[in-house]
Formats: sequence, C-alpha cells, structure tokens
Amino acid sequence: MSAPNPSGWQPTMGDADYADEGFVTASGDRGLLLEEALSFEIGSAEKCGVDLIEPEHEPADALAPFLRKHAPDLPGLTEPEAVRHYSRLSRLNYGIDLGPFPLGSCTMKHNPRLNEKVARLPGFADVHPLQPTATVRGALEAMQELAHWLIELTGMAGVALSPKAGAHGELCGLLCIKAAHDDAGEMRDVILVPESAHGTNPATAAFAGYKVESIPATADGRVDLAALKEKLGPHVAGVMITNPNTCGLFERDMKAISDAVHAVGGYVYCDGANFNAIVGKVRPGDLGVDAMHINLHKTFSTPHGGGGPGSGPVVLSEALCPYGPLPFTERTDDGLVHLVEEDNADEFGHTKAFGRMTAFHGQMGMFTRALTYMLSHGADGLKQVAEDAVLNANYVLRQCEDLLEAPFGKAGPCMHEALFSDTNLPEGYSTLDIAKGLIDEGFHPMTVYFPLVVKGAMLVEPTETESRIGLDRFIASLRHVATRALNGDESLHAAPVLAPRRRLDETLAARKPVLVWKGEDSG
Amino acid sequence: MRYLPLTQADRTDMLAAIGAGSVDDLFCDVPDGLLLDGPVQGLPAHASEITVERHMRRLAGKNLAASDAPFFLGAGAYRHHIPASVDHLIQRGEFLTAYTPYQPEIAQGTLQVLFEFQTQVARLFGTDIANASMYDGSTACWEAIAMATRITRRGRALLSCGLHPHYVSVAKSMARFTGDTIASGTPDLSPQPGENELIAQIDDQTACVVIQYPDILGRIPDLTAIAEAAQATGALLIAVVTEPVALGMIEAPGNLGADIVVGEGQSLGVGLQFGGPYLGLFGCREKFVRQMPGRLCGQTVDAAGKRGFVLTLSTREQHIRREKATSNICTNSGLCALAFSIHMTLLGGEGLARLARINHARAQATVKRLSQVPGVECVNSAYFNEVTLTLPKPGREVLAKLAERGVLGGVALERLYPGVDELRNGILVTASELTEDEDIETFATELAEVLS
Repeated sequence: MSAPNPSGWQPTMGDADYADEGFVTASGDRGLLLEEALSFEIGSAEKCGVDLIEPEHEPADALAPFLRKHAPDLPGLTEPEAVRHYSRLSRLNYGIDLGPFPLGSCTMKHNPRLNEKVARLPGFADVHPLQPTATVRGALEAMQELAHWLIELTGMAGVALSPKAGAHGELCGLLCIKAAHDDAGEMRDVILVPESAHGTNPATAAFAGYKVESIPATADGRVDLAALKEKLGPHVAGVMITNPNTCGLFERDMKAISDAVHAVGGYVYCDGANFNAIVGKVRPGDLGVDAMHINLHKTFSTPHGGGGPGSGPVVLSEALCPYGPLPFTERTDDGLVHLVEEDNADEFGHTKAFGRMTAFHGQMGMFTRALTYMLSHGADGLKQVAEDAVLNANYVLRQCEDLLEAPFGKAGPCMHEALFSDTNLPEGYSTLDIAKGLIDEGFHPMTVYFPLVVKGAMLVEPTETESRIGLDRFIASLRHVATRALNGDESLHAAPVLAPRRRLDETLAARKPVLVWKGEDSG
Repeated sequence: MRYLPLTQADRTDMLAAIGAGSVDDLFCDVPDGLLLDGPVQGLPAHASEITVERHMRRLAGKNLAASDAPFFLGAGAYRHHIPASVDHLIQRGEFLTAYTPYQPEIAQGTLQVLFEFQTQVARLFGTDIANASMYDGSTACWEAIAMATRITRRGRALLSCGLHPHYVSVAKSMARFTGDTIASGTPDLSPQPGENELIAQIDDQTACVVIQYPDILGRIPDLTAIAEAAQATGALLIAVVTEPVALGMIEAPGNLGADIVVGEGQSLGVGLQFGGPYLGLFGCREKFVRQMPGRLCGQTVDAAGKRGFVLTLSTREQHIRREKATSNICTNSGLCALAFSIHMTLLGGEGLARLARINHARAQATVKRLSQVPGVECVNSAYFNEVTLTLPKPGREVLAKLAERGVLGGVALERLYPGVDELRNGILVTASELTEDEDIETFATELAEVLS
C-alpha cells in the first residue's frame, strides 16, 4: 500500500498513555471534547433571542374564546447562548465535511457550497408557491430545466418532480401504475420485490395496498429470473427492482426482466437509490424501466442534513406519463413555462392525473441545488462521477478482500459499493465490532447488516468525492480493525471508547421510551 | 472538475492496482449496446462556478421575491422573519452534511436536537409526544389518517370543509390505494365554520375527523365540541395546524381534546422556498406510540452511564418491519426540524406568544384598512393572522393585476377551488410581523384602483 500522502507524513497516536481514562474534570468536558445540556436545562422563560415590539393593540374580542390560558412552556435562549448551544451540539456529530461517510446505498458525497449559495438567492428562497405565475417564471424555468436533465440522463419520457423523498417517489410510481391499470379496467394486487430490496420497497407496496411477494436471489447476488417468471401472471401489477442492486451489482438480466413483466401487462419500477453508479453511463429507459425515483440528495449532492430533506422526482415511461401527479411544469411553443395544476390540467391534455402527492410543487430548495450541481458537472462530468465512484468502490473491494470475506468478489467487479460479510471473523466477532472499531479510528462506519441476503453485511460506498489519499487512510483503518477482530482482540467489543459516547443502550430506550423531556424527573 | 479529487495518474494507478485494463472493464456486467460510448447527448458540458452562478442568478432574477413587494400570501405557507443565526447554524457542516443518526455514538448532536424538537412540538401542540418530523403538513395529515384507520380498524375519514384543499387532494390520492373512504366538501363563506354540519356526518364507520385549526379561510373552529362528538362514536380527532405561530396565542389542539395533531412547521425557521422543503409536525397521545409513523428519538444511557440519545422503537419502521411497517417514510425533514427548533429556542414560549400577538395585530390593521376599500368585505368573525375577503370582482384577476403593479396581494380562492362560483370573488389575505403600515397602505390604494 502506498504512503498516506505524497510527503509520507502521517498522524500518530503520540504517547497513548497520556489520554488517561481515569482523568476527571469538574465540567465533564475534556479539552475540545465538549458536553452540552438540553436547551430546557439552560434556558428560561424570561430569555428571548429575538427582539419583538409590543403589539399595537389587544386581540380582537371575537378571538377571546380561543385564547391560550398559558404561553407554551418552552424556555428561550438569547442569541449568544443559542449559537453556543447548537455549535457545541454540532461538535458531537460526524459529517461528510469531516471525512468519508461510506454508507452503502446512501451516497454520502461532498455537498458543494455553490449549491447552498444559489438556493438562498431571494428569487428562489423567498418566493411563495401560490404567487401569480407571472411573478415566478424563473422558478418554473428552473424546474423545467431540471426536468430536462433528469429526462435526458435517464432516457425516459417525463418526470414527476413533486415527491418529497425516495420513499415518497416510490409511492408516486406505484400510484401511476395503479392508475394505469385502473384506467385499463384491470385489477392487479401483487407487487414483486426481490429479497435484497431496500425496506422502503415492500413498505411502500404494502402502504399502497398491494400484496408483496418476494423474489429470491441467485448465488451471484442477482434477481433469479426463472423464479421471477414463475410468479408472473395477470394478478401482478409490477416489480420493484433496484439497479445496480443493493449488493452493489448490476442486474445483468434487467432487460429480460422488463420484457417478461411487460409481457404479462405489468410495469417495472426501478429504485433509483443507486443511480450514482451509472449516471451518464447507462440510461434506465434503455433497460425497459417504467418508473424510477431519483434521490436528488444522493446522486445530485443535495445535503442529507442529518436525515433530510430529501427529494425524489420520478421519471416515467411513455406508458405511465399520462397518469403523473399534479402539479408539473410544461413549456409551450412561445417559450413560456407553465405550472399545470387542477384548473388548467385539461387545457394541457393531462386529464388522467390522480391528484397531488403533496401540497405544493415539491422540494424547490433541492431542485435549485441539484440543478446547480448538474450544470457544474455537465454531461461529461456526470459520466466521470459514475466512473470514479465505481473505481473507488472496486479499489476498496480489492484492497480489503484478503481480510474480509467479499461474498461476490470472485465473480467480478462491483459497481459503486463494495460488499463484505463477517463470515470469516472468529467466533464472537461480528460486523458491529468492525463498525464500532471504525468509529474509534475517526471514520463513520459503512452500512451494516444490509442487504439482508448477506450475513453480517458491510456495504461500503466511498463515492467519487473521496481522494486517493482519503481512500488509503480509510482502507488502512478498515484493515487495522479487521485485523484486530481476526486476532481476537477483545478490547474491540468495547469500541468505541474515543467517541463522544460509548455504545448506547438501545434496549433500555425501547423498553421504557423517553421521547420528550419531562423535567428533572425524566432521568 | 472541481468536485472530483482523483487525478488521471490516480485513476491509472488504481486501475493497475485492481487489475483492470480500463474503467469500462468495471462496467462489464452492463449488457452490450447499453453502455453509452460518450456523454449523454443534448446536455451541456461542465461549467465553472462563475458560469453556473450567473445562469442561476438570471433565473432567480425572473421571480418577484416576497421581500421585494408588499406581500400578503398564506394558505399553508407563511412568511416570517427568520433570525440570522438560524441559517448560520444549520449550515455548520456537522449538521448539514450528516446522515440519519444510525451510529448514535457520533451523532449525538443531531439526536439531541431531535429530542429537543420532539419536546418543543409536543408542548406547542399540547400532545404527550411528537415524532422527529415528516415531509410536510399535507403528507403528515395523510399519515395521521392512515394511523387512525389502523387504531380504530375503520376505513372512513371525515375531512372538514375547512381543510386545505391540497391536503384533501393528497388524502384522496392515497386513499385510491388503500380503499379508504374520504368524505370532504367545499367551504361556504360563513363567518364561523359550522360544527353541527360536520358532527352530523360522524358515523360508526368513521375512523377520524380531520379539522384544520385555524381553517383554510382563517376561521377558528370549536375543537372541543367536535372532539367530544368524534370520541363518543369511537373516532379520533385529528387537528391540522398549518400556521404554528397561531399556537402562541390560541389554545393548543391537544388541550382541547385532539387525539393526533399534525402540522406544517415551515413558519418557523424554514422560509417559503416556493413550496419546499417544508416540515411535517406530528404529535399524538402516548398510548398510540407504537402506531406512529416516522422516526422517534429517545433518551437512554451509554456503556459508561452517560445520558445519550438514540433512534428508538424502530420495529415500527420500514428498514426493520418492511411490508409490516407503519409507514414507508425513511428520509424526513431533519434539517428543517433543526431550523424550526433553533428558531423556537430563540423565541421561547413567551417570545412565541408575543410574536403571535404581533401577527394578529398586523392582521387587524390590514383588515381595518382593506375594509375601507369600496366593495371589500371581511368574511371572518374570528381570525388569527389570515382572513378571507370578498371582492366585487373575481379574485384571481384582481390579484394578477395587483401583481403587475408590484403587489403580492394574497391567494385567490379560485386557485384553490377552481370552478366553484361562490368562491370566485374570495381571496385569502395574511399579515405577519413583516407587514409594515406602508405595505398595507400600498395594497389598499392599488386594490381600490384595480377595483374601480
């Protein structure tokens, strides 16, 4: 393995004994390792971080019966205290800004700051969704431009922009399929989902009122085409396939799967969570896909923000386009972009829409960020994104497969994520130990115990925004932790010992849920 | 390309290290003919930061920003002052660029914020508990209906006429799947929403009554009466709050008998953003916790006995329960929840109460002045910061003309209820702490001219 950087310098532990476990401080803080109380424990009712004038008059008499008896019991903080509270809390978090965040299937890539700047321009950030259309032409143009990019990159016929996140996009896609079957007078009640699917796929199908039937995987980690064909019939509304799949492998039979599903009148939903592996290289439309959500917060770099917001536009085939939800944008021959809503849907020939998925037009703040990212990379850059993402994953796979079992490693290259399992670790050592050991190394762990089809799965997705130096550092740490496990280093079971918290008692949290602060007595 | 750290030399070395001849060897599983041989056609090549920013600025410049006009829109999205520190803090990379806190040892920042957020929402709503957020108010509303059907094992949802029509549309879209029955209607322009008519429609198949508070026309329904009637038949009352600032002033729905309270949290910290991302708020009685959708953060201790927080009760969720989950939601609105929580912390309960009184006072001033314009009448008897006005002409046309004069004067009921003749002349007008006397005067003057 090469040096961690061109100069050969690398950080060391120094005199490790210096970090004395028994050293006690009065504050609970340890140097720059800061603890922070709850806002309720440091705030008070008299404090306010916003200067507010005295209201000019008393409430109207008509409002009197509705007035609150007491102001909400929420202590306030002045601005300096609030800034400090949240800044200190932020220091307890790991983020992509601090290092690799190799969560497989989550695509934690760098979030360019130009995107943040653009999204905050008043013309985008300070515009109401129901302003007269003439005052929001630029916003509609931005949506139309984003739609154009998504359609061209996927080779599909249209796109529904409004879904709020990936799982919401899945619902949208299934609603379109349902609407198409209803329109054809067909009653179909089954969605086929591979065993390796994200949990959202079966959950979405069930939430949407379909029965879920599982399709087994082949020994090489792909959908079993023969098994799938056996399940097909007039009761099947469609399949939900992830491609590249959650084992990080391209579904070689995707076209044959689509053809078989179409032959019995079903539709093909593709979970686009892993689009980053093929963006600019392969167009899902060429694989026979009818609907696919695109997580703008994955492939197109809008920030995850500790769990959202996401954005899940759904690209649609010619067959499903007539059923897409309201609202959407359309450009007329005069060059103007229109917002198609309930009152003008007929005028635009969109008579079969099933209604809305959400109140307004979708995640505009994410649209502007994603469009900014696409324009920055261009078609050539996006192709390079997929190539570098796949190269980085294969590099991790090949540099670690001698220590960690790679269940599909022998069969060929992976796509954008490298999959390992814990089957070769000694008795008593598992994926959890590897993950927690990585935390002590200063890295966020990979996705663990997913996909379910692999025992003790570890799914590593480095993304294209990791440098060679960064990858080598991560690989060195992963190898070190794996070696500790292989050598039976029992101290690994205590990991992490260097993070803001040791392993947390999740059983206690679930057995006696404390979901809100109830004062001193809440423990 | 500025976002790609690998050099050409890195790529060559790495391909050699893994024994691949070219990068396309790594795409060998893609069937012949499906791998594109060059960049996707019809799209531009990469561009510099200068070029991209210029392009996006040009698009942004074609929009009339709320801050550049007298502004009076509401109807489920509200413009409020956001303290400068909110946006600064949510842009700290440790918040902005973190993932869902699946590894709690290195995500205590996000988790503690969620615990504080859940507490704030529960106290604001008057509910026992709240979750860690949903996508927005409209989707939270459907999730509440779905939850009520699970709890009551009944399939009929009764939506009040005062519920935002977009929320109704979302519920109807979803009910197509589930087979649930959605009963809804169009509001009339009475000064107070009529509870009796709604109560008369509750039957023994009704899973829930859904009522917006204040309603789409800005009126304030009597929740207590409806809660009693609903609960007497075994149905749940779901209250929907699209303007949480109102709860600084009017009683919390949970204190008036609502079983589930959902809302749109965009008013605090999030901003207008042309409709998204917004923030779904979700609170309910503690006994329903295992039927709740979405993520929950709970308090616990670590191996050394220190207080800490984790995502909990995950056995309700899709990544564990798959097709048996309570919802398919995964990603929610974490960063918007952070913004809401910071803004709420800066205000405190007393600050929110004062902010609410200011909003109401500005609305009173707006109504008083606009009512002096010939032909303009206020529908509402009671209101918080939003009212329905009737005009002598169709509202949509009037608002379009006002926009040409640089005034963003409200939301036309015709846009929300196309084809309903009785509502054509109505507009929704909202004021806030950002509404200045000068804005009101300009609105009134221009409105008078447009109507004359």
